[in-house]
Amino acid sequence: MTDSSSRKPPSPAPTPENEPFWAAAAEGTLLIKRCRSCGNAHYYPRAICPYCFSTDTAWQASKGEGEIYSVSVMRRGANAPYALAYVTLDEGPSMLTNITGCDFDALRIGQRVAVRFLSTDAGPPLPMFAPIGD
Amino acid sequence: MQQVPLWKLGMTIRDRAYIAGAFEHPTRHAPDKSTPQLHAECAAGALADSGLSLSDVDGYFCAGDAPGFGGMSMIDYLGLNVRHVDSTETGGSSYILHVSHAAQAIAAGKCSVALITLAGRPRSEPFGRTPGTAPEAPFESWCGVTTHNSYGMCAARHSHEYGTRPEQLAWIKVAASTHAQHNPHAMLRDLVTVEDVLASPMISDPLRRLDCCVVSDGGGALLVVAPEVAKSLDRPLVSVRGAGEAVKGPMGGRNLDLTTSAAARSGPAAFEEAGVSPSDIKYASIYDSFTITVLIQLEDLGFCAKGEGGRFVADGNLISGAGRLPFNTDGGGLCNNHPTNRGGITKVIEAVRQLRGEAHPAVQVANCDLALATGIGGSLGTRHGAATLILERQ
Repeated sequence: MTDSSSRKPPSPAPTPENEPFWAAAAEGTLLIKRCRSCGNAHYYPRAICPYCFSTDTAWQASKGEGEIYSVSVMRRGANAPYALAYVTLDEGPSMLTNITGCDFDALRIGQRVAVRFLSTDAGPPLPMFAPIGD
Repeated sequence: MQQVPLWKLGMTIRDRAYIAGAFEHPTRHAPDKSTPQLHAECAAGALADSGLSLSDVDGYFCAGDAPGFGGMSMIDYLGLNVRHVDSTETGGSSYILHVSHAAQAIAAGKCSVALITLAGRPRSEPFGRTPGTAPEAPFESWCGVTTHNSYGMCAARHSHEYGTRPEQLAWIKVAASTHAQHNPHAMLRDLVTVEDVLASPMISDPLRRLDCCVVSDGGGALLVVAPEVAKSLDRPLVSVRGAGEAVKGPMGGRNLDLTTSAAARSGPAAFEEAGVSPSDIKYASIYDSFTITVLIQLEDLGFCAKGEGGRFVADGNLISGAGRLPFNTDGGGLCNNHPTNRGGITKVIEAVRQLRGEAHPAVQVANCDLALATGIGGSLGTRHGAATLILERQ
């Protein structure tokens, strides 16, 4: 079963806390947050580090590559089929996303993927992922 | 900061409160009723079960299914005059948690007869939450998260790490259907086999239709009361012996672990307060939104080791009279009822039936004096709340 790509996900609604993330997304860059105090990276990005509560957090450009932590292909209902997944970025954090543009039946945990931004009608693009060569 | 558990200081809910009333609405489809009406019918049912009256109620507990604003509309609608109100929301596990909160309030002298209600009509009116202003919404609202694919990711990861097989998950449904045969109110009363589960349509990998709970209109209510109230009534004494609660989410995505739930914290807290261990439990109500929900909770509660859940549930081990751990003898959410997409209250209700000896004779556990009710609400793959109760017949 392949991605029919007919699905039109809703546009995200940025807030002041994450506006830089969406501005970078519009330029094709995936940002994460890294804490200058404890050194840990996190996603989704917060102003205050969820690990040590420091306010000294900084945006960091991710290479946009990682591996599938888990994936489930929705086979029924509106917009099916589509693949919901967590991708663990090479920088550390895992992020909830969709895997697109591929044979859904060939997806597997541990597979290498790279970010592929999907444009939306009324807002910034969405950080989805697609498989890359092992 | 090292915290001394409060029960070690003599502060505990153990035996400070009793469940004196329990009622499960018989409807599974209610196009002819309003949701507040169902709440009221459930409240009336629990009061009749206990022998108490509306004017005895001085505490009210509800969650997100209750129409209106944090209990205020329902308190007015029902005609209650309460001195304690609590609308803690942890999805379908809320009502298990409410029993603990009610026991806490009773132990603190804040009320003596606490009413908990749940009701809703997902088959009869539009249902669903909007992500709204949740902090994760900009990053997740477009991902198409449903309960099916959220729990599907957990099942897929559990299979990847521990080799859990679809036919092992299917045994959970088989056990539920074995029990549901005897429940005249159950939505699905036909006995199913492992092969039936594996032949049902794939919904979201690896979960098939028969791995999923039913969608039902309906509701339930509980009355949690002070010891002196319980002992004045002509009902078996079911005490609250221990409780625990926890909330878990991806927490910034570091060391993500979809194979362990918040029950790994709520369960041990409940066992510690109760002073018992999993091997002491005669009957367990285990929240069964999906088969995988049951399997992960069994591991997290310590009924088996992490990764051993597939082997534990296989071959009918959850079937009353046949297996080591009788579970969900009403048929559970998988076959009987999952009112308003929230199964927590029916978990407590069937545990009370077992402890009273009022379960169907075909599924009644002999000498059932210690039972557990546990639940996962919200979305196991993203954010969820767990609550665990240990109940004892005295």
